[in-house]
Amino acid sequence: MITTADQIFVLAKHAALSLLHGAPFWVVETASCLINLCAVLAVFLTLFALISVLERKILARIQNRYGPNRVGPCGLFQPVADGIKMLTKEDIVPRDADKVIHFLAPVAMVAPAILALGVIPYGRNMTPFSIDGGVLFFFAVGSATELAVFMAGWSSNNKYSMLGAMRAIAQMVSYELPLILTVLPVVMITGSLSPDRIVDAQAGYLLGAIPHWFVLTPWGAAAFLLFFTASLVESNRTPFDLPEGESELVAGHMTEYSGFKYATFFMAEYFGMFAVSGLAVTLFLGGWRAPMAFLTFIPSWIWFFLKLATLLFTFIWIRGTLPRVRIDQVMRLAWIFMLPMAFACIIAAAVWHYYQRGAIGWMAALLIVGAVYAGLSQILETRRKLSVRTYRFAE
Amino acid sequence: MNGTLAAVLAVSMVLFSLGLLAALSRRDAIFMLIGIEMMLAAGNLNLVAFWRYGPQPELLTGAMMALFAMAIAAGETAVGLALVLAVYRHRRTTQVEKLNTLKG
Amino acid sequence: MNPGIPFILIAALTLSGALAAAILPNLVHAALSLVLAFVGLAAFYFLLGAEFIGLVQVIVYIGAVAVLIVFTILLTRPAVAQRGDLNWGGVLVAIAVMSGLLWALARTALPANATAAAPMTVMRVGQTLMGDYVWPLQTVGIVLTAALIGAVVLVMEEDR
Repeated sequence: MITTADQIFVLAKHAALSLLHGAPFWVVETASCLINLCAVLAVFLTLFALISVLERKILARIQNRYGPNRVGPCGLFQPVADGIKMLTKEDIVPRDADKVIHFLAPVAMVAPAILALGVIPYGRNMTPFSIDGGVLFFFAVGSATELAVFMAGWSSNNKYSMLGAMRAIAQMVSYELPLILTVLPVVMITGSLSPDRIVDAQAGYLLGAIPHWFVLTPWGAAAFLLFFTASLVESNRTPFDLPEGESELVAGHMTEYSGFKYATFFMAEYFGMFAVSGLAVTLFLGGWRAPMAFLTFIPSWIWFFLKLATLLFTFIWIRGTLPRVRIDQVMRLAWIFMLPMAFACIIAAAVWHYYQRGAIGWMAALLIVGAVYAGLSQILETRRKLSVRTYRFAE
Repeated sequence: MNGTLAAVLAVSMVLFSLGLLAALSRRDAIFMLIGIEMMLAAGNLNLVAFWRYGPQPELLTGAMMALFAMAIAAGETAVGLALVLAVYRHRRTTQVEKLNTLKG
Repeated sequence: MNPGIPFILIAALTLSGALAAAILPNLVHAALSLVLAFVGLAAFYFLLGAEFIGLVQVIVYIGAVAVLIVFTILLTRPAVAQRGDLNWGGVLVAIAVMSGLLWALARTALPANATAAAPMTVMRVGQTLMGDYVWPLQTVGIVLTAALIGAVVLVMEEDR
């Protein structure tokens, strides 16, 4: 069901491009790319502003405070005030810093995040940059972030920056593996690396009410949780925000940045969060597909952004709830829990596919994921850790 | 010289020579590894170029070779850098000219 | 003989990155220039119609190799610039090799145009890897595992 409301942005873009009627091919092509780029930037800069104030308000509610409520109605213009403050602040560069790299690091940080946002399908026919290996492209540009963090940490010539950067790179490299391995079952089942095809594979409903989203299969649910945890680490969010742990490292690799460069880092972090949540929506939550058959009259892009908002709220909720973990706990979790679980997901997905994706396959996949989880929790003694805590006090 | 194949090959040759320069003229083991990486990458570019301009591009032969070469290059870097680290731990240097204990 | 503007731009990016990686005195600068050269190479693969190879190039070389190099630099030394440690014999050899290669290239007749072929989709890469190339794939897997174990053993702390 393709309605006008559903395709309104696509139609608007075609109307704009028809103004260029008769121009050479490459002009139209460039204009089309520029329109897509501007749309992505406009949407996500607005979302960034909105989320930055909503995050503060939600955190405030969790902590029984009001949060920002002075600038504009309900404090909604706070990001504007913050932006003006950031722009007018002095830009301090340390004397012993490597000036060129110090300048390039924020750019190298935010560019991959914007590129990664390009391959996500935001609605029906609404992928800004359709590419055959879209998921691979996402991870390829994502891997450049590590180098940006290193550039920031090294060029600042500050031990806190360096330590923060080392921690950030160590945990990002470790979690790249579970992140990619949890995507693998989805790619395996759909037989494609293209996000559009992955969304198409999740079309249709069981009895008109249960969507064929991958998150509703046992392997998909486990993979989604693992992916979500790994994406918390990749975007350096609490409880895994060790690289910038302010109580021990000032602000990690961002210590020596001020003014607009700091704002750029902040923006890159949020853009990365949007990108990885968008990928999670695409891979596991059915992309822009409606959750029930009779709800398809609501435009596809509204569904996408609703799902994205849910995930972003969960990010903020976790930040308000969980304390920061230790660096050795982060590494332990990646290598001895998440990696075996990711492999279990791959095997469970294969078994599910082997049994024609029916009820037997569903149960078998549940059995495999459950067995591996139970086994790991026995071996790793998570039961002891989850039991009622006994406190020991200093004598 | 004619066509784009020649241009790609020229680029990969210059890249190879720069890699050779880095590997031969630097005294630091990490620099030498960087040079070796550059030479391997130039070889990969050659493989892909010959695949694209070769008689049977549908067989993907050169592209597959390039993929395998990349995998090997990654393994080579890991082992090479581990060696550099191991040497550094004993000798506190990565300058290859100072690692001359066996020299008579 | 007209490679096109994108080609010239990408070639300039790649070669300037490579040149900087070869001659810059500071290790970190050289490693980051190497990343620039790798980005240019990935762009070359896109230009040649091998998108998948380009993406793998970015993941493997920038996500893994460059990060490894940078980490080793950090673990082995404070970032000190060393001056004047260019071995001129090596430069001469490199120039000789380059002129020899370019001479060979100039004297070789090469096909001017690419033969038309179906685009290299991920699907075809996967089928080829799992079909004709399944033995090389498995072997590479074993080689990589061996390299992984070897690297870990090499850097493991020795008991003293």
